[in-house]
Amino acid sequence: MREKLVLVGNGMAGMRTIEELLEIAPDQYDITVFGAEPYGNYNRILLSPVLAGEKTINDIMLNDEQWYKEKNITLHKGRWITEIDRKNKIVKTADGLEAAYDRLLLGTGSNPFIIPVPGSDLTGVISFRDIADVDAMLDASTSKKHAVVIGGGLLGLEAANGLKLQGMSVTVVHITKTLMERQLDKTAGKMLQQSLEARGLHFLMAHETEAIIGEDRVKAVRFKNGLEIAADLVVMAVGIRPNIDLAKSAGIYCERGVVVNDTMQTYDPSIYAVGECVQHRGQAYGLVAPLFEQAKVCANHLAKYGIARYEGSVTSTKLKVTGIDLFSAGDFLGDDDCEEIILQDPASGVYKKLVLKNNKIKGAVMYGDTIDGAWYFQLLRDGTDVSDFRQSLMYGKSHLGDSGHGGQDAAAAMSDDMEVCGCNGVCKGDIVKAISSKGLFTLDDVRSHTKASNSCGSCTGLVEQILASTLGGDYSAATKAKPVCKCTDHSHEEVRQVIRENKLITIPSVFQFMEWRNKDGCHVCRPAVNYYLLSSWPAECTDDYQSRFINERVHANIQKDGTYSVVPRMWGGITNPTELRAIADVAEKFSVPTVKVTGGQRIDLLGVKKEDLPAMWKDLNAAGMVSGHAYGKSLRTVKTCVGKEHCRFGTQFSISMGAHLEKMTWGSWMPHKFKMAVSGCPRNCAEATIKDFGIVAVESGWELHVGGNGGVKVRATDLLCKVKTDEEVEEYCYAFIQLYREQAHYLERTAPWIERVGLSYVTKTIVDDEQQRKALAQRFLESQTYVQNDPWRERASEGVHEHEFKPLAVIAG
Amino acid sequence: MPKFIEVGLLEDIPQLGSRVIETDQGRIAIFRTSDDEVFALADACPHKGGPLSQGIVHGKRVTCPMHNWVFELQSGEAVAPDEACAARYPVQLESGKIYLSLEK
Ligand code: SRM
Ligand SMILES: Cc1cc2nc3c(=O)[nH]c(=O)nc-3n(C[C@H](O)[C@H](O)[C@H](O)COP(=O)(O)OP(=O)(O)OC[C@H]3O[C@@H](n4cnc5c(N)ncnc54)[C@H](O)[C@@H]3O)c2cc1C
Ligand code: SF4
Ligand code: FES
Repeated sequence: MREKLVLVGNGMAGMRTIEELLEIAPDQYDITVFGAEPYGNYNRILLSPVLAGEKTINDIMLNDEQWYKEKNITLHKGRWITEIDRKNKIVKTADGLEAAYDRLLLGTGSNPFIIPVPGSDLTGVISFRDIADVDAMLDASTSKKHAVVIGGGLLGLEAANGLKLQGMSVTVVHITKTLMERQLDKTAGKMLQQSLEARGLHFLMAHETEAIIGEDRVKAVRFKNGLEIAADLVVMAVGIRPNIDLAKSAGIYCERGVVVNDTMQTYDPSIYAVGECVQHRGQAYGLVAPLFEQAKVCANHLAKYGIARYEGSVTSTKLKVTGIDLFSAGDFLGDDDCEEIILQDPASGVYKKLVLKNNKIKGAVMYGDTIDGAWYFQLLRDGTDVSDFRQSLMYGKSHLGDSGHGGQDAAAAMSDDMEVCGCNGVCKGDIVKAISSKGLFTLDDVRSHTKASNSCGSCTGLVEQILASTLGGDYSAATKAKPVCKCTDHSHEEVRQVIRENKLITIPSVFQFMEWRNKDGCHVCRPAVNYYLLSSWPAECTDDYQSRFINERVHANIQKDGTYSVVPRMWGGITNPTELRAIADVAEKFSVPTVKVTGGQRIDLLGVKKEDLPAMWKDLNAAGMVSGHAYGKSLRTVKTCVGKEHCRFGTQFSISMGAHLEKMTWGSWMPHKFKMAVSGCPRNCAEATIKDFGIVAVESGWELHVGGNGGVKVRATDLLCKVKTDEEVEEYCYAFIQLYREQAHYLERTAPWIERVGLSYVTKTIVDDEQQRKALAQRFLESQTYVQNDPWRERASEGVHEHEFKPLAVIAG
Repeated sequence: MPKFIEVGLLEDIPQLGSRVIETDQGRIAIFRTSDDEVFALADACPHKGGPLSQGIVHGKRVTCPMHNWVFELQSGEAVAPDEACAARYPVQLESGKIYLSLEK
């Protein structure tokens, strides 16, 4: 018999936990859900757009009753649980229904706080929490005129905006002088107030309510200073209190909320709690992003994986009033030890403030231009040291060496038919539609449903913005350490660390040690783990070819028609008549349809049948050529210019430097592809400053540049240092490659890696610390001794992997 | 009863790997899982014809090498949210020998 799981509270956090649980352990429990509201599960956040007339109730349903049926979940809607009998493990409703549980999940949310002034129980005084409240407001707006909203916080302003759009005259009453003072500083609060006033809202700032006046229905509101204003509808939006009545009456330990530990367990080990009713490490949350993180952790424990921990969240806020851009996160006021960077342009309605402490972002407030909000928030949560780019920090992410996309990143300004994802041809409208109709919350959801941002990833930021603007709240916020894939909750760093500390040398041992959810992993984690093993233990570990993407398994690039391409190495871009003749011969012999010069200074033979590969490689080997690894997460090419060998401006011998470096570094596996170039003078004809490692010759020696990228997102290199001798170039080059090999995440090129760890870290390790540099270079050369065997020769002449290139059988007739 | 033809030995296919059978109906991919089960699908992805035999096998699934759609080996169905189905062929494994039927 399956165990019984009962959920009390059919809200956003509780149901999210159930959904996460069904993902990882669909058959573990018989699930029963009790919800006081008479509906399936809906997206509470979107009540604001419903009130504003931008959405309907149907639009905001997350799981309708049919969904519960399909998942075999028993739903008791419109039913209050009034008692938990912990001794017998039973919950009871007001009308006598009972349900037994093995594990109980509380997701009772919170209650709006009603100020206890005379008259607060009159008809026409309501809060803003659920569908019933929205119905009451919409109803009032058709026949009544004056609305008073008490509370100038997020909820109050969204209510006020909605009621105004429904045609009422609206006054917002706020107890302090600044709107949303918990999220905004004075300046931003003032700007917000002005733009809301421009939309016709009235404000009574620094006013305290004394009484609500009326016989059975509200007629007016009176304040402590004696002022009285007419009101047909009063919305109280002054705050929420965790709903702990039920837990408390069952003797479960509560303070302000139901107290839980890092696994979301209450003081009763069979009872868990998530959402706004919870108090975790002294903190209660009122936004969905942290609740969803709690849900994930809780599901992990309900499924008995027992490895996830919730460690608290930093939250950010956006106001969902169409046309007003506002973002706030962290400690935006700061203290005496903090510094502020402020950008203010009243004419264009833009205000941005960043609060820094020890070169780390502590808080941010943005008004008018919030495009970089998500980025600042990421830097804040990661505790990134921003000294390397502090000067351009205020101008946003697009100023960080990214010149590939011409500033096309204002999601809100895009029309529905504008293309967002160029790789998969997905338009803005497709994404918006999928988000609303399928109830998507995260970037991953959008990726798998629409394919947007699923390929090259350059539109990821744009998709995140569309997600944020369609949903309102800040949902997509990625958790701090991203898991490698869906098979695990562990991050890339954790996997690497475990491999090193426990000297694991096979994929199954890693999966077992780290309790992977699937015994074979998947196409995302297996290649990554294979790489981490190879780079950690080059001598001991055997390459697992079944865990390699096809290109690296057969050492050629698969083409769209299933044929392959063959790119032999040309060291530093140099070739000769013998090589060219051999290439011409194989092209003829194997009827190669296309011979092309690549962007990497060598020749590509395209459209080769898989069965022909070994024979063709054999001929190329015979002329002295080896694999160019044009297919690998490995060293690709070393481009050179003619340099001092021929050029009248050349200051150093760039061809021989490039050819030598390529001979030393070819064959090495990397987190991603790795490209180098050597230019003979600062005219830089080899384009060294958009390479992973670029070398530019100068009169006095060589400049070494790192972290360039010419692909999806163009990034010019950072100058690492200048050196004098050829030997130094080599040592720095090997050390840099090895640092990257040992530390970057799989599929992270040097450009994003350097942006993540900071150039100063790389400089400190490689330039300032001679001992480290030498040790890294040494480790690189050591690992090269295991890989510099031409994979083509192994397959063409040494019988490796014959099965790859032959059919198992041919069935005729 | 469909007619089964012997096509090779289990040990000819690497675990978590695949080999191709050429037939006049086109190529058929035979997959071997880590539990030594075998499955057969047409070697043409229903998305854009990618060779499924070249994909990474995991559990009872294969990921197409072209655009990473994932297919169930048993049913040929794409894993949600993608929607498509690759043609299946009956296979049998008897004392280490693989038998394939060409009747889908
Ligand atoms: C053959 C070549 C195009 C050509 O005809 O010139 C090529 C072909 C491919 N490139 Fe490239 N790239 C080629 C030079 C480049 C260059 C130019 C260069 O190296 O100077 C760049 C920009 C520079 C850079 O990488 O920073 C380039 C940036 C990319 C990217 C984007 C990388 C990025 O970090 O943004 C990808 C996608 C990826 O790697 O994920 C890519 C991916 C690909 C793949 C492997 C796509 C794939 O996965 O199948 C293409 C294989 C085509 C095929 O069917 O064989 N190719 N690719 C060039 C081979 C060079 C070589 O000799 O090895
Ligand atoms: C108008 C509005 C706008 C918002 N906008 C945002 C936003 O932009 N961004 C953001 O992040 N967050 C926003 N929020 C907050 C967000 O909606 C909440 O944080 C979230 O819904 C809390 O989830 P929960 O599951 O803890 O509680 P709820 O979603 O409130 O669910 C609790 C459920 O439990 C039921 N219940 C309680 N007790 C019992 C019982 N004894 N028996 C049976 N059922 C019971 C309740 O009726 C309720 O349905 C907004 C909230 C509102 C009201
Ligand atoms: S060769 Fe490169 S740029 Fe050209 S289509 Fe392929 S991946 Fe795109
Ligand atoms: S061809 Fe298989 S996923 Fe596109």
